[in-house]
Amino acid sequence: MTVELNGAPLVLAPRTTVAAVVASTGAGGGRRGVAVAVDGEVVPRSAWGTTELSDGQRIEVLGAIQGG
Amino acid sequence: MAERTTDSEQPTTERWELGGRDWSSRLIVGTGGFRSLSQMEAALEASGTEIVTVALRRVDPSAQGSLVELIDRLGLFCLPNTAGCYTARDAVRTAHLAREAFETEWVKLEVIGDDRTLLPDAPELLAAAETLVADGFTVLPYTNDDPVLAARLEAAGCAAVMPLGAPIGSGAGIRNPYNLRIIVEAASVPVICDAGIGTASDAALAMELGCDGVLLASAVSRAADPARMALAMRRAVEAGYAARRAGRIPRRLHAEASTTDDGLPELG
Repeated sequence: MTVELNGAPLVLAPRTTVAAVVASTGAGGGRRGVAVAVDGEVVPRSAWGTTELSDGQRIEVLGAIQGG
Repeated sequence: MAERTTDSEQPTTERWELGGRDWSSRLIVGTGGFRSLSQMEAALEASGTEIVTVALRRVDPSAQGSLVELIDRLGLFCLPNTAGCYTARDAVRTAHLAREAFETEWVKLEVIGDDRTLLPDAPELLAAAETLVADGFTVLPYTNDDPVLAARLEAAGCAAVMPLGAPIGSGAGIRNPYNLRIIVEAASVPVICDAGIGTASDAALAMELGCDGVLLASAVSRAADPARMALAMRRAVEAGYAARRAGRIPRRLHAEASTTDDGLPELG
């Protein structure tokens, strides 16, 4: 299946979890300062390991940056 | 005997409350614009700040070092912002993501109306504030220096109002001190001057006008020597607060002698 990760297409095995995608970005699973939205909806950290992605979904993995 | 007030050990500001928590420093520092994390660390330490702002963006795998780890190591409170949001909907979503990322209900709410001036979009800002208050957030809105909008934001349940002195990053200082005074006079939540500060005298003026705190980023992060400017800002905020509490003399058109004419000799 193909999803969109931070605006770029990404081919994943079926039933890949949000946690696996977060890990693939190097953002680190348990680290504070990371948040995930799937199709615009926030996925709570506690649900990353159990939320399976499906074809065509848009995933945003966000991290802390310097900002005023 | 008069209370001694010149002791250098005596704090020049008093503790204050923001969002139901007790703070010592009245200077909030944005982390944007520093050229390196080590430079940021030195400036944050020199500033004496307890609260720093951060933003959320798509993760960059090549990012060096962890901003959050640094902030945690310094023991500072992480205040996420909604920078870059142009609609209430985007700002509310960003705030919810920030709540997940930083495990805090606090948000510096920015809803921008124009990319040239970065001035707030008042209707969108108020709508976002109302939604986030209802969602249980502690909302600190970056707002225009508009007393009516500030009152509306307070009525909506915001924990503070944060009027600008001038556009973000402009360093133009406090362009309308009268409006800031009117906002301070009417507000019963803390007023934090956010944006426009260029140098130490601007921060001191904000406090002399009665603001409870100052939030700045570029004035320190883009200064030639950020740590030195951070220390200057810390002292300016303390000095402005002390001067406000001390009660300044009125401005007069004509002179008023400080030396009495009584006992003046006739030497002619």
